[in-house]
Amino acid sequence: MKSFIEANELVHEYSRRDEDGNVIDIKRALDGVDIRVKKGDFVAVLGANGSGKSTFAKHINALLAPTEGTLYVDGMDTSDHDNDIKIRQTAGMVFQNPDNQIISNIVEEDVGFGPENMGVPTDEIWERVEKSLKSVGMYEYRKDSPNHLSGGQKQRIAIAGIMAMKPKCIVLDEPTAMLDPIGRKAVINTVMELNKKENITVILITHYMEEVIGADYVYVMSDGKVKMEGEPRQIFARSEELEECRLTIPEVTKIALKLNKLGVKIPKDVLSVEELTEAVVRLCKGKNIAGL
Amino acid sequence: MIRDITIGQYYATESAIHKLDPRVKVIATFAYIISLFCFSKFSGYIVAALFFGVMVILSKVPFKFIVRGLKPIIFMLVFTAALNLFWSQGETKLISIGIFTITLEGVKKAAYMAIRLILLIIGSSLMTLTTTPNQLTDAIEKILHPLNKIHVPVHEVAMMMSIALRFIPILIEETDKIMKAQMARGADFESGNIFHRIKNMLPIIIPLFISASRRANDLALAMDARCYHGGDGRTKMKPLKYKRVDFIAYVVVITYLVIQQVVVRILPF
Repeated sequence: MKSFIEANELVHEYSRRDEDGNVIDIKRALDGVDIRVKKGDFVAVLGANGSGKSTFAKHINALLAPTEGTLYVDGMDTSDHDNDIKIRQTAGMVFQNPDNQIISNIVEEDVGFGPENMGVPTDEIWERVEKSLKSVGMYEYRKDSPNHLSGGQKQRIAIAGIMAMKPKCIVLDEPTAMLDPIGRKAVINTVMELNKKENITVILITHYMEEVIGADYVYVMSDGKVKMEGEPRQIFARSEELEECRLTIPEVTKIALKLNKLGVKIPKDVLSVEELTEAVVRLCKGKNIAGL
Repeated sequence: MIRDITIGQYYATESAIHKLDPRVKVIATFAYIISLFCFSKFSGYIVAALFFGVMVILSKVPFKFIVRGLKPIIFMLVFTAALNLFWSQGETKLISIGIFTITLEGVKKAAYMAIRLILLIIGSSLMTLTTTPNQLTDAIEKILHPLNKIHVPVHEVAMMMSIALRFIPILIEETDKIMKAQMARGADFESGNIFHRIKNMLPIIIPLFISASRRANDLALAMDARCYHGGDGRTKMKPLKYKRVDFIAYVVVITYLVIQQVVVRILPF
């Protein structure tokens, strides 16, 4: 079966030109990227700054066209500009800065912007706006101005704006980079819920390892290439390779790895505080340490 | 200080004025502004102020909110008034100090100008306070739609206006932030003569321009991503349709204009 998103040997070059239009500098942002995403999956793309992950995100939305290689979104070729609008309806995109993607001064009007552009009839726009605002838990703010909302709330509005276009897939390009920890959690929880309840394919681009824990599959990018791929557990256990990609693993995993190195029998792929506690308790019980 | 500009700020509440078709509000505001410049008699301004007062009560927008829009133009107000006060020629001289003479006509003219400006600013703020920028641009788009035939890009211009309005508060906040950041590093915006002060504004203006163009770039991408492709084939979430109350509003505005003209012609002051 064909994958929902299929990148084959994808290359993207940014070229800088001087005043006469001669190319003076070429930077290869993507260098032979192969990524496959199944329908309904939650896939994370991890990478440090300048790893090419945002460039890849823009390709899925046909905001950039491949220099070499191919990218298919739901069977549509992104290098064909006739497909642009259809691709953007299929794969919606949420950007990093919540302020710079909200178009209207009223929440509900902003959510309606996408469907308006698509030519959806008025009654249906209202239905979609209501449904998508409810799905991100922001319905009671529909008459408010986005300026009065927190960063996390604004980002959820942006997600609702994409949901109203009824996409099959949402691409989130570092949606939490500008948020506080509470906002970050709310946004990630919203995304995971959409993935589970509405069966929306999610592609989360991020450099926060903690956000990747719930993903079905992880790609790690560095210098425009996919360096690692696998389930989160497998990826997190390879801490040295991750550090080479300038990523830091979660504190809990670090502790588990260090204990493991010291000879304590704790699995290497611990992802959360609860798991670590459980592993330690199990270990202590096995050794009959007093009090447990 | 700059946070107080109310133009472009929407005050969310439910009122008769909020519910009016934005076209009515735009046309009424224009009629109201033009009416202010059609006469020079106090009686006319009393009618205008009364009409405005009723609109404010109907709109349920706190009066304080509307008056706040005046703060930034106080300087301009004083300046225009002073200019009219000293430069007007007249018969009845009141005071004479050196080369400056103040005449009764001058006082009157200055007062008229000040009243006009105040009524104009608070009148248009009432419109923007009760109309969302989107509604406003929808209205302008619809009113100017006939110009499309002579290839005026009406939709695009309306879109640009609505985006500009949306970003006013954001850019104001940003200016504030940049100012504070520069002040923390020892920049001085308060002292020195006017040229000195203007020169000192450069470290605010340059970062502001850079960030604004960055935002514009981001926003363009976000709009692309949401399938924006101009006005063709676009539907409306809130299409404009005249209701009965809108026609009543038109009648009210026309009545206001007529009463004003009658009052101005009948009363001696």
